[in-house]
Amino acid sequence: MHRDTLSCIASVEKLEEVISFIEDCADHSKLDMKRKMGLLIAAEEAFVNVCSYAYPDGLGEVLVSCAFSNTEFEVEVADFGREFDVLSIPEPDTESDIMDRQIGGLGVHFIRKLSDEASYRREHGQNILKMKINLAFNSDII
Amino acid sequence: MEMQTKKEANATVVAISGRMDAVTAPEYEKCINALVTEGESSFVIDFTSLDYISSAGLRALLATAKKLKVSSGQIHFACLTGTVKEVFDISGFASIFKMHDSVSAALVAIG
Repeated sequence: MHRDTLSCIASVEKLEEVISFIEDCADHSKLDMKRKMGLLIAAEEAFVNVCSYAYPDGLGEVLVSCAFSNTEFEVEVADFGREFDVLSIPEPDTESDIMDRQIGGLGVHFIRKLSDEASYRREHGQNILKMKINLAFNSDII
Repeated sequence: MEMQTKKEANATVVAISGRMDAVTAPEYEKCINALVTEGESSFVIDFTSLDYISSAGLRALLATAKKLKVSSGQIHFACLTGTVKEVFDISGFASIFKMHDSVSAALVAIG
């Protein structure tokens, strides 16, 4: 599996750079446009979560890596903050009406729903969130 | 993300294009708030050219819709397709907003 990694500070100002990096990698794989957009949204949610919560005392580093083969494309977002599994956040409210609707938890919901498989692991002092797309499900394959 | 506004007889149509993400979503809120301050209370948001929306974008859409509801204004959404439509569906947002297949249908609904 070919893998590329981008290291940057955990700041939303870096969002465009992160998304472009993932998009470049995706364009070298067989990921179709619709699933690429979905994965980019899931990756934004993961990156923005790290920016918002991983380093409450200041700035820290984020590692974003992409890897793909003929059968799958994966993105990993890693931070060096305290141990935290973002996938432990409960499912959000997706039913109440406009005035009662809360937005909390929606980002994690997108991470789960817009990837085929999302998993968390703690390794070498890093929180690592992996989002995987199965290329066999590509909508352009007949 | 870019926004183009067009005043119609009964509403202002705001066409959004590009990506509505954690960095750009506040621009949308700013744009709608400025139009409200100028006296507009009815909006159609045209999503034809929007390729991408994250939870930050949904948060901005929800915040402006809540504000308009309190002030008896209205906001209708038109032409959601592809990934943007999928994001609305999986978040349950498709059921809380007034959605239309075209801008003209949205303008008719506003009346």
